[in-house]
Amino acid sequence: MAEQTFRYIAKKRRPKEDRRFIAGAGRFVADLALPGMLHVALVASPYPFARIRGIDSEAARALPGMIAVLTGAELAAGTDPTLPGVDAPKVKRWPLAHEFVRYPGEWVAAVVAESRAIAEDAAELVEVDYEPLTPVTDPEAAMKPDAPAVHPDHGSNVLFRKKWVWGAVEEDFAAADQTLSFRARWHRSSTVPIETFGVLAQWNPAQQLLDVWASIQMPKFADQLAKALRLPGNAVRVHFDVDVGGSYGVKRGLKHSILAGFLAKKLGAPVRLMEDRLENMRGGDAQGPDRIFDMQVAFGNDGIIRALKIRALDDCGAHAGRAPLQLGKPVGAICGPYRVNAVEYEAISVTTNKTPQEAVRGFGQAPTNFALETAVDRVAAALGMDRLAVRRANLIRAEEFPYTIPSGSTYDSGDFQTVLEKALTAADYPALMAKRDEARRKGKLAGIGIACCLEPSGGNSAFEPLFNPKNETTTWMEACSIKIDGAGAVVVSINTSSSGQGHESLAATVVGEVLEREPETIRVVRADSLSALPSNSPVGSRMAIMLGGAAAGAAKKLKEAITAIGAHKLGLAIGDVEYHDGAVMSRADPAKKASWEAIAEIAHRKFHELPPGIEPGLQASHVLEVPTGGTLPGPDGRVQMYPCYAFEAHIVYAEIDRITGQVALGPYIVGHDCGVMINPDIVHGMTYGGIAHGIGAALYERFRYDESGQFLSGTFMDYLIPSAHEVPDVAIVDHCTPSPLTAFGQKGSGEAGYLGAPAAISCAVNDALAPLELKIAELPMTPGLLGDLIATAKKSSS
Amino acid sequence: MSQHDIALTVNGRAYRGTVPARLTLVDFLRDHLRLTGTHTGCEHGVCGACSILFDGQPMRSCLIFAVQADGATITTVEGLAPDPAGLSVLQDCFWETHALQCGFCTPGMLIAAQALLNRNRAPSDEEIREAIGGNLCRCTGYKQIIDAIKLAASRLQGANAPLDQKGAGSHG
Repeated sequence: MAEQTFRYIAKKRRPKEDRRFIAGAGRFVADLALPGMLHVALVASPYPFARIRGIDSEAARALPGMIAVLTGAELAAGTDPTLPGVDAPKVKRWPLAHEFVRYPGEWVAAVVAESRAIAEDAAELVEVDYEPLTPVTDPEAAMKPDAPAVHPDHGSNVLFRKKWVWGAVEEDFAAADQTLSFRARWHRSSTVPIETFGVLAQWNPAQQLLDVWASIQMPKFADQLAKALRLPGNAVRVHFDVDVGGSYGVKRGLKHSILAGFLAKKLGAPVRLMEDRLENMRGGDAQGPDRIFDMQVAFGNDGIIRALKIRALDDCGAHAGRAPLQLGKPVGAICGPYRVNAVEYEAISVTTNKTPQEAVRGFGQAPTNFALETAVDRVAAALGMDRLAVRRANLIRAEEFPYTIPSGSTYDSGDFQTVLEKALTAADYPALMAKRDEARRKGKLAGIGIACCLEPSGGNSAFEPLFNPKNETTTWMEACSIKIDGAGAVVVSINTSSSGQGHESLAATVVGEVLEREPETIRVVRADSLSALPSNSPVGSRMAIMLGGAAAGAAKKLKEAITAIGAHKLGLAIGDVEYHDGAVMSRADPAKKASWEAIAEIAHRKFHELPPGIEPGLQASHVLEVPTGGTLPGPDGRVQMYPCYAFEAHIVYAEIDRITGQVALGPYIVGHDCGVMINPDIVHGMTYGGIAHGIGAALYERFRYDESGQFLSGTFMDYLIPSAHEVPDVAIVDHCTPSPLTAFGQKGSGEAGYLGAPAAISCAVNDALAPLELKIAELPMTPGLLGDLIATAKKSSS
Repeated sequence: MSQHDIALTVNGRAYRGTVPARLTLVDFLRDHLRLTGTHTGCEHGVCGACSILFDGQPMRSCLIFAVQADGATITTVEGLAPDPAGLSVLQDCFWETHALQCGFCTPGMLIAAQALLNRNRAPSDEEIREAIGGNLCRCTGYKQIIDAIKLAASRLQGANAPLDQKGAGSHG
């Protein structure tokens, strides 16, 4: 693609939405209050696995201000269960436990009262009679035939298990100079937004309409909510003008919303359910991937990796929504940024008595990238080769794009070598090595981490049919509509809520670019789910591509209409005019022109001046299919997963305190190529934030359960989110390889940083441990874990 | 539940109210005064989203009862700007550097940063990290927040410079 010049795109611009947040004028779900609003508190299971023998709520009901207690039996009778993303129809989930509790913290009853405080008081008075059962907490144990079944009707704990072989894997392994194998462990963490999930629901009996305000980021949320509540889709109206206080994938409180909607309808009053922090961590069903990788690598003595065998076992917890599908997205980048000839991939998803997972930033790609980069480091170590040399030897080269990997996805564009070299230059890599070596001479445990990772973007649905043949979804379209009023003011309507991605800025910038109008003057509004055009919400780093593409498509239609109206007004053929700054002028005589305002007025008031075939009013909408989307996977599972591939090369320096095991990071440099950045400050912000999140996943964040299945990480004192003390100053080095598939050459970037930081930090820690002849492939590498590991080395060497 | 009469000043305005003993200050600000800019993220004093200035000191309003605020002077995010339509220098700098994404931690972050700048007009990076170290942000990785506070400090140091350099943004 030729280098484009832009007027507004890729320029510094203050994000539109920031203005309200810095004034404290965001509109989050907890900020909404309706007259007569009731509040929900939840009774949670203290057991990881138990049969519910009975629930006594008499004392609770006697409390002044109490309205109702709802149990799982009543809810199950009045709603349809939600089902997993894989074909496991007997693994049913209701918002409240029904007959069994399957994880500690699972909601058993909902208590509704005039205030949250009264509801909490009453919840403490609800007595539940449990018959404790033996839980299963280990995913490998859960696979055994004699393991307790979390869902007995399903017959086993294995929700999904499939092995794909792409290419001549066995032949490559047999022919390779060397092979190696190892296990990598990605423990359970999540995105844990600072705003917990909340929902407010109001049933309007006169209109037979349920209004819902929620901190939601979820494709087809309204449809699924209506289905579970046994309502037609047009009886649920989800308001997308609610600011979402962070999500990064997890804000999908379908069960919360079914519960609140059911209660609002039953009680005839607005009902609010706001998680508190413990509920969010324990019963919010929003934990993340919990994965064991068994990796095998076939490689040559020259460091060239020939083939991979990857077995990924994921512990999805007690219920499965989209969790198993998080094993699916990595199929689209299963060999990372490397030329690998053949890949075998076995994906296994099992249930255990833990909190369910939700979609987490990257949808399984960050753990996979960690396993892949660990494999590269192990190859380097096995050969005594430099880690950079192995990467350089295996990276796909710029001239090889578009490049199709064994599992069927074609990478759109990239220049991985250049990005890596730019990052190394910015890091002053030789100086960094000297710094490490000097630190080592002083007795410190110092290391440098390197990670080269892909960031698939464009949020397609291809993993759905791949993991469930009954699901034939081949589009995850996105839409945008634009209106220009009779005085020329522009309103852009988007069809989803946002959780910090800057979609209002994105839409205004793109529309401004196409129509050549100052984005500052463009108003962006949000439809509700009944007035909205199709959207699949901001998942899979898709909105720059999909909302940006849809907005550009609608704007181009308007530009064509404006040009036609202007040409007609000037009495010229369309070919004899040009569009400039919103006006239409004669190519021959630029002084002869129809102004933006005059054209808007014609469109709205002067039908007699409209050219034939042009509708009155100036509005256009565009619905965009995902580029490269639209086809089902082949019988061998080969599939084009996402359309666009961004690339990140991380270089990080780390020192480990020998006593405490604390890892100090920095300098931290990341080379990043996500094509054309619509708004560089927004892209950079998400990248910095993704790295901070990756630092958490690499070093601190873990949802822990003890051996009896008890949950141990319900507060921010047990689950450690990196603060400004733990996150070093990060330097981003930009590079731009435009995508040939998108409106402006943009790629997605919402998962940037997080997809490579855990791999890079693991690499740095292992480099630091190498002099002790220690290695570790387990995240998070908490201070305790590293301290204990280092202590064993000292013992063995003394 | 015992009820208590309290009188306090919030954002320059005097309030009187009757509150139950167990009502936290953040719930009083949000539910009674409808000042919803102050957020609750953990309600156990770690995340800092509920930070306010309490007699000039940054404090977690989830860890204080409303009755303890009797007689206090409180500033919330809504009170940082010189007038309801405007922005403070610090707020404007947050906009300039895009020191936020979802905006949920932002009010607490602004309060922590304002408390720092009130006592230190030339903070070092380390002092800035210390000042916001008790406020968790999940979106930004803190970089653009630190940039914003540094920018605000430099603008405030130039407070005697001509008006157009004071940090009233052209987009404001």
